[in-house]
Amino acid sequence: MKGNNKVLLEIVGLRKTYGARPVLDDINLSIHKGEVVVVLGSSGCGKSTLLRCLNGLESIQGGDIKLSGKSLTDKNVNWQEVRQQIGMVFQNYDLFPHMTVMENILLGPSKVQKRAEKEVMEQASQLLDRVGLLNRKDDYPRQLSGGQKQRIAIVRALCMNPEIMLFDEVTAALDPEMVREVLDVILGLAKQGMTMVIVTHEMGFAKAVADCIVFIDAGKICEIAEPDEFFSNPKTERARQFLNIFQY
Amino acid sequence: MLSSGINVLFEGSNMQRLLGGLLITAQIAFISIIISSLLGIVVGLMMTLKSRVLQFVFRFYLEAFRIIPILVWLFFVYFGVTNMLDIHLDGEIVAVVVFSLWGAAEMGDIVRGALESLPKHQMESGKALGLSFWQLYRFVLIPQAVRRMLPGAINLSTRMVKTTSLVVMIGVIDVVKVGQQIIERSIIDFPAASFWIYGLIFILYFIICYPLSILSKKMEMKWES
Amino acid sequence: MSMNWEFIMSALPLYEKAAWLTLKLAFLGILASLGIGLLCSIVLYQRTKGLERLVRVYIELSRNTPLLIQLFFLYYGLTKLGITLSEQTCAIIGLAFLGGSYMAEAFRGGIESVSKSQIESGISIGLSKLQLVRYVILPQAFAVTLPSLGANCIFLLKETSIFGAIAIADLMHVTQDLIGMYYQTFETLFMLVVAYLIILLPLSLFLTWLERKVRYAEFGN
Repeated sequence: MKGNNKVLLEIVGLRKTYGARPVLDDINLSIHKGEVVVVLGSSGCGKSTLLRCLNGLESIQGGDIKLSGKSLTDKNVNWQEVRQQIGMVFQNYDLFPHMTVMENILLGPSKVQKRAEKEVMEQASQLLDRVGLLNRKDDYPRQLSGGQKQRIAIVRALCMNPEIMLFDEVTAALDPEMVREVLDVILGLAKQGMTMVIVTHEMGFAKAVADCIVFIDAGKICEIAEPDEFFSNPKTERARQFLNIFQY
Repeated sequence: MLSSGINVLFEGSNMQRLLGGLLITAQIAFISIIISSLLGIVVGLMMTLKSRVLQFVFRFYLEAFRIIPILVWLFFVYFGVTNMLDIHLDGEIVAVVVFSLWGAAEMGDIVRGALESLPKHQMESGKALGLSFWQLYRFVLIPQAVRRMLPGAINLSTRMVKTTSLVVMIGVIDVVKVGQQIIERSIIDFPAASFWIYGLIFILYFIICYPLSILSKKMEMKWES
Repeated sequence: MSMNWEFIMSALPLYEKAAWLTLKLAFLGILASLGIGLLCSIVLYQRTKGLERLVRVYIELSRNTPLLIQLFFLYYGLTKLGITLSEQTCAIIGLAFLGGSYMAEAFRGGIESVSKSQIESGISIGLSKLQLVRYVILPQAFAVTLPSLGANCIFLLKETSIFGAIAIADLMHVTQDLIGMYYQTFETLFMLVVAYLIILLPLSLFLTWLERKVRYAEFGN
């Protein structure tokens, strides 16, 4: 159903190499507005690298990435502007340790987007409230648990009002008890219609949140399918092997 | 005017005299570095002993040289100690004494740091083999420690070479003093002499110190990995 | 050996004046070297073309030559180029020329200690290169750098002892004058050492304390 919306992010024949070694090869993917794409694959398959390419943290050696129809490989592209539209949350919830929670959130909107502090503060408070952390707004990151920090990192990215959010194994570094609180936040975003690309190892979560599963193996897209189909009846042998590892 | 000034460097025996001065400077530096290295090893070894009194004494010794500027030490010995003991010491001797004492303190700290950074089990497995105290140091600890302390030791040498420029202040006829003499004598013929002479001395020091600092940086990088 | 306290009392104002002068010149020189060091470290970090090379040459020249020669060149040599500087200006410029490279190395160490993921998360919220340096890198680098900045301050303060060589009436200069005029060698040297201890000892103790504090107060993340 979401497939009828317009294409927000389009990846065409993307190729990424480290020296002579190919990391990603001929990746083609269209992400529609409001769609949640979950990228799966074993470690080292290139899924995190794909996310980093989408945010310009890695250069690409071939192909193209288009955001709302505009090519991001163009020489004149202003990545600073692009990144305001693409929010990203990392595995290591890198909040800035020398700033309070609120200062962390305000940095981008006030310094990059030059928005009025009062307006941003209101939005930030609302978002913090939604993730249940409004009472921690004046704390420093070192006073927070991993799960709390990760929820703040999500708010920090959301406060830039991005068109699309990228999540790079955001629960991988967390204590198992804290995984849930972070995944709940992401699930909530999905319900509100946020466009997202999620790299994760949480299979149950992937099944629940995804509109579309992309399975990558050895730098290539191996399978694209709806979650129910992928988990119950994977088409490729590699995907079957991959899923077996997660089932006892 | 400037361009013709450069000739002052080649006038008469000027260049020869400057290099002669440099030799005095180099001698002071060289002798001091040798003495500091030898003394420093002894000091460093003693600092690793678990004697509180020794540790306090050496700490005090080291801090005394770290807090009081070297030039003050030079003055103190050149004017003060000679006056107190009613003896005369040449500037060169004073320089060597002060630089050696300073260098030994710093070197001792480098040696101590290197020895203490060695993993404990090295010492224990040496002991387990039945090595005596001296054998332990001679065959196990020192060869390993040398690698860890060489970059620091070379750095210290560079600092000592740079500090030799101070000896002109206690009457040593070093490269700086020779430079001053030449400038004073040729002020009429070569008004720009000071630019060229001091420029040359600047470069001479650089030529000596730069390779040393490159060497120490390279060693650090090589042995860090 | 007995001390001539009367002489010491009469010379005290001279030393006081000289100490203040030393402190004033050191303060200005250190301030300038902090500025130079910061600029250089940013140039090195950003790899600004052309400037990077210039900064590297400056750092090597400054670190591998003695301050005394740098001062003589500035004070006596440059007048021949038509640039005449007062003694005090020379002293400040000389100290800044020397200190700038040491400060640059200290800042660089701090900047390198900021993790790559911190930088990436700054980039991903759209910060420009300069904003990244200003809001993310420097505040974190500064805490790490503090002990070595302090050590550099002590080093530079000690280096001021050679200002006397370019006719600045600093502590060394006063001491030398008094020895020459009154032969009260022991008293003057005693005052010289005490003067430097008063200036440097508290700073050195403060630094030791600071170093310990910074080590324990690491930003948890």
